[in-house]
Formats: sequence, structure tokens, C-alpha cells
Amino acid sequence: MKKKFKMQDLDCANCAAKMEDAIRHIEGVTDATVSFMTQKLTIEADEERFDEIMKEVVSVCAKVEPDCKILM
Amino acid sequence: MTKKQKKMLYRICAAFVLFLLLFAGEHLGLAEAITHGAVWFFLYLIPYLVIGYDIIFKAARNIRNGQVFDENFLMMVATFGAFGVQEYSEAVAVMLFYQVGELFQSYAVGRSRQSISDMMDICPEYANIEQDGALVQVDPDDVEVGSVIVVKPGERIPLDGVVTEGESLIDTAALTGESVPRRASVGDAVISGCVNGSGTLRVRTTKEFDDSTVAKILELVENASNKKAKVENFITRFARYYTPVVTIGAVILAIVPPLFFGGAWREWIETACTFLVISCPCALVISVPLGFFGGIGAASRLGVLVKGSNYLEAVAEMTTIVFDKTGTLTKGEFKVTEILPKQCSREELLELAAHGEGYSNHPIAASIREAYKKAPDLSRVTDAAEKAGHGILVKVDGKDVLLGNEKLMQAEQIAYEPCESAGTVVYVAQDGVFAGSIVIADTVKDGAKEALAAMKRVGVKKTVMLTGDRLAAADHVAAELGIDEVHAELLPGDKVSRVETLLGAQQGKEKLAFVGDGINDAPVLTRADIGFAMGSMGSDAAIEAADIVLMDDDVRKIAAVVRIARRTLAIVKQNIVFALGVKILILILSTFHIVGMWGGVFADVGVAVLAILNSMRALKTK
Repeated sequence: MKKKFKMQDLDCANCAAKMEDAIRHIEGVTDATVSFMTQKLTIEADEERFDEIMKEVVSVCAKVEPDCKILM
Repeated sequence: MTKKQKKMLYRICAAFVLFLLLFAGEHLGLAEAITHGAVWFFLYLIPYLVIGYDIIFKAARNIRNGQVFDENFLMMVATFGAFGVQEYSEAVAVMLFYQVGELFQSYAVGRSRQSISDMMDICPEYANIEQDGALVQVDPDDVEVGSVIVVKPGERIPLDGVVTEGESLIDTAALTGESVPRRASVGDAVISGCVNGSGTLRVRTTKEFDDSTVAKILELVENASNKKAKVENFITRFARYYTPVVTIGAVILAIVPPLFFGGAWREWIETACTFLVISCPCALVISVPLGFFGGIGAASRLGVLVKGSNYLEAVAEMTTIVFDKTGTLTKGEFKVTEILPKQCSREELLELAAHGEGYSNHPIAASIREAYKKAPDLSRVTDAAEKAGHGILVKVDGKDVLLGNEKLMQAEQIAYEPCESAGTVVYVAQDGVFAGSIVIADTVKDGAKEALAAMKRVGVKKTVMLTGDRLAAADHVAAELGIDEVHAELLPGDKVSRVETLLGAQQGKEKLAFVGDGINDAPVLTRADIGFAMGSMGSDAAIEAADIVLMDDDVRKIAAVVRIARRTLAIVKQNIVFALGVKILILILSTFHIVGMWGGVFADVGVAVLAILNSMRALKTK
């Protein structure tokens, strides 16, 4: 399943790259992009475990930049 | 400015005033009055905390989260180091300068993001639906297929549909870059995202919002920045190594020279701090995607949708362009191109042919009637019979008329003169005597010749045309347009293998593009390095299969895209060279104690800001 989320206060381009990398390493995620320019996260992941995966996504992003919020 | 940015601005002002007071005080004699160093330390700590408390807070939090090499941490260590060697004013100034740079950077990025999204401002906010005689504004998402919506003058058409009532001029500029408005009246299809001109229209919707043209385009443009160019990936990978390497360099510089070569601790720690300030890769990481974003934005303003930075990068290296003929270089409409009478006048021959073809619904008959311009008087036509694969036998004004190909002439033993023109030839005979011939051919698109010349000018080396059409017709078009290579009489499958052969002949980084109308050539579009498709105002198949979509089917735009791509690539490369160059230069200079932390801050945020400003030029390419 592919879904898109808006991100708030994504302030640094390097952080976006780090988040993208971290999200891709989560199990069940087939593809992910964090676009600094559009402030959006596009994620493709297992449909059954999607909510679970999203929780993990939020926590890895918080580790990279705690100020940035994923709007769901 | 956002709230967050404003708050930062106030903090900067406050810290700056405090800093100035202290700095002035220190240099205007207070230094003698307060001799105890610790007092100065605490005094300078005030503006330092005002300006930098969030940096320290974030750094601490990120260390807890295992993010060691982030810029907050690096800035904190660098300024702490400066405090440690009793360079109080420098520590505060560096932090202040850094925050000013960050603020400006966030402002500039916000602005550029805004200017690009303004340009893509084609999203309709509401749709008008008539309920109980009154107009109600609803979310376009909630409108079902087949509902009738009302589009008032000046409003954006929210959904694709067919006009059921009214007439108006429609401005398609946001989608196609075409400034001449289109006329739409009852029965015409209109697409979402266009602006309605003068009249009120009632439109029966044919698609849901998610499937409508405007939603598709917006999705495309948003996803474009997800497909990354090679340089972009290179920089991201580079950044991953850059920061640790420079940081390790800083540690070595802080320890090794004083410990083993008798250098002054104070001096070398300051150098190490400068290294830390420079080690943030943000200038690079930010300016590359921003440049591409601008380039894609500039292209979409022309009505060309580029689906990813990687395609823009490929276009810059394009050397061969392969065209499909029909629908791409030619209009795909058959027209009478030559009238060659034997005895009578041209008008008489055309009149005869138009009447002879009066009852036929063959496309050729339609183009002859169209050339005749008047409606044929069908009462003059009798006994029409069609001979399959040959033509028509008919009576016009009681006289036997034959219209058809060579086979018909031979079968009826007419002494005809073979015609060598490119196109389909219709021979006409009256009462057993050859009357002349009419040539029907596809016509070349307006501007196609110009487009090919422009492509050559921007550096495309080879142009190739592929077609299923007869060789004579293909050669004729190729000669008219100045195309280098022609492959005619191809079956759809042959096109793929032809493109593969051409791809094999490419050298090094050279890229091959295929331009097609996207209807039958999806496999070729995918196979080529870059697939250009004619958008044909909302043909889904084309938008789906291609990498770059020409919204108004104008091949002239290809040369413009090449120009935009080249310029974007040039800007991106300038940024990389400039940012890396300055960083390396300052690293070297600071190793020799020629520049201090000030230089380091410039190499970090100053360079980032300059690179961002440079990136914005990509958006302005015409």
C-alpha cells in the first residue's frame, strides 16, 4: 500500500535524507521517500502491518529530528 | 515569515544588542575595570544562551537518540571549544552568525517552495452543484461521475467533463503553457485545471476527482522530486561520509600537533572548532534538489511535465531523438495535397470526385469532400457501388465515374497516368476516359520543421523517424522536415527493435529519446532512455507511459526542455563545485590558522544561502 503524509517543520535537508534512509530500513517498508522540497513523506509498505509500521516510522523520525511531525 | 522564523528574528536581535554592548564594553576600557576572566565568561554566556539555547537543547536530545553528527551537536562542541580557549566573543558571534544564516536559509527555501507551488496552483478548491435551484459549493472530491456542475466565468474547472450547456473561451495556460484560449461549446470535452473565460458552462462530469487531469498532474509534479538524479544520490551518499571525516580531522588537529609537535593548545583547538563548523553538509544536500525542483518548475510553466529529476538529467545528455511519424510530426489528419487534372480544371475534377465519393464514409472520401468545402448535391449521384480494394463505381449526372487506385484503373482498362507523389492517390475517370488524379496525404504539424531545427541547434546530433507508413510518404515528410534517418513500413513490434538497435549505437553517456503520441507506442516509450509523450489534453495512456509529457503536443517545446535541463544541470554543478571548493579552501586555510571560526561559519551557512539563491535561477529559465 502506498500512502502520502505531510510533514511539518522539516527544517533540514540532511535530516530528510537521514529519515528516508532510516524509514527504508524498517521491516515491511518496500519504498520510502522524504521530500524536503514538498515536505512530504511517501511510503510503500505492507498493508496488514501498516499501522504498526507507521508507529515505527514516527519513532525513527523523532529520533532524527524531534521537532518534525508527521501529520496523519 | 512563519511564526517560528519571527521568533528567531527577535532572538537574533536581542542577542545582537547584548553582544554589541558587551563587545563595546570590553574594548572601551571595561576590560581593565573587570579583570577577573570568569566575569566576562558569565557576561558573554547571557547572549550565548539567548541565541543558542535551542541548539544545545537539540544537541543533547539528539545524542540521547544516537544522532551524534548532527549540526546542532557540531555547533555546540565548536562554541564550547571557543569558550574553553577563552574566546568568549568569538563563541557568541559564531553562534549568532550561524543562526542568522539558518534563518535566512529557511526563509529562502520557504520562498522558493512557495514560488514553485504558486506556479502549480491549478488545484480547484470547489465545484458548484445545483441543488433545489440554488448553487452549492462542494468539495470536488465529493462530486460523482455523471453529475452536472456549473462553472461560472473566471472559475477553475474542477473536474473533467463534457459541456452540456453554454459556450465559453477556456484558458488552458496553467496546463499547457498555451496562451490562446480554446473555444468550448455544447458537446466539447473540457479538462479540469483550466480557467473558464467569459460564459457560464454546465458540465457533465466524466471522471472522479482522483482520476481527473488536474489530480494526475499534481501527483506527477509532487512525485517528480522523488525520482532522484544521479548527482542527487551522489551528494546524499557523499554527505554520509563527509561529516564524520571532517569531524575526525578536527579531533586529530586538536590533539596531535600540540601533543607531539609542541603546538599551542589554544590555537589548535580553535582550528578544530572551525573544522566542526564546516563539517555540516547542508549546503550541498539542500541546493541540489532545489535546483532540480526549480528546473522541473520552469518546465511545467511551459506546459511540459517532467516526471523526475533523473529525466531532466538525462535530457541534458540527449543526442538522439526518435520520432513516431503520425500524430507526432504530422497531424494524423488526411488532407488533399495535390489535384492533378488531365483535361478539366482543378475545381471541376474536385467537384466530380467529391460527388463521386458523396455516399462513401471512407476517410479518403471524407478528406476529398472536406477539400471541396461545399456539401455535394447528392441528387446528382446515382448507382453508387463499392468495389472492395479497388474503389468506387458511380454515376454522376448520369455519367459513369470511376474513383479508385491503380488496380481499379487497370481492371476497367482506363489509360491512366501513374502518379508518383507521396501519399494515397485517387485516380478519377469519367465515361471511360482518365480525368486526373487527387493525392491525399497526412500533413506536417505547424512548427515541426522549426522544432527539428531548434533541436539541432541545442545539440541533438541525430534525428530518426519511425513509421508504419509507406516509404514514399515517409521520405516525403522526412525531406520536408530535415530528418536524418527514416525507417518506414514498420510493424508496431519493429519499432521496439529499431529503438534497441539505436540504443546499442549510443556511446558513453549519450541518451536517446523517443517522442510518440503515446497511444500505440507505450513499449517504445518505456524502452528509450527518455520517453516524450503527447499529452493530447488528458490522454491517460500517454501521461502514464512517458517520462516527460508535452501537454499541448507541441514538439517545439522539446528544445526548450533541453535548454532548461542543461541550465539546471549547470547550476547544480556550480553549486557542488562552489560549496565543496569553499569548504575545502576554508579547511586548508584554517589548518594554517589563516582564518578562524568566522570563516568556518561562512563556509557553512553563507555558502548554503548563496547556493540556494543560485538554485532559484533554474526556475527562471525561459
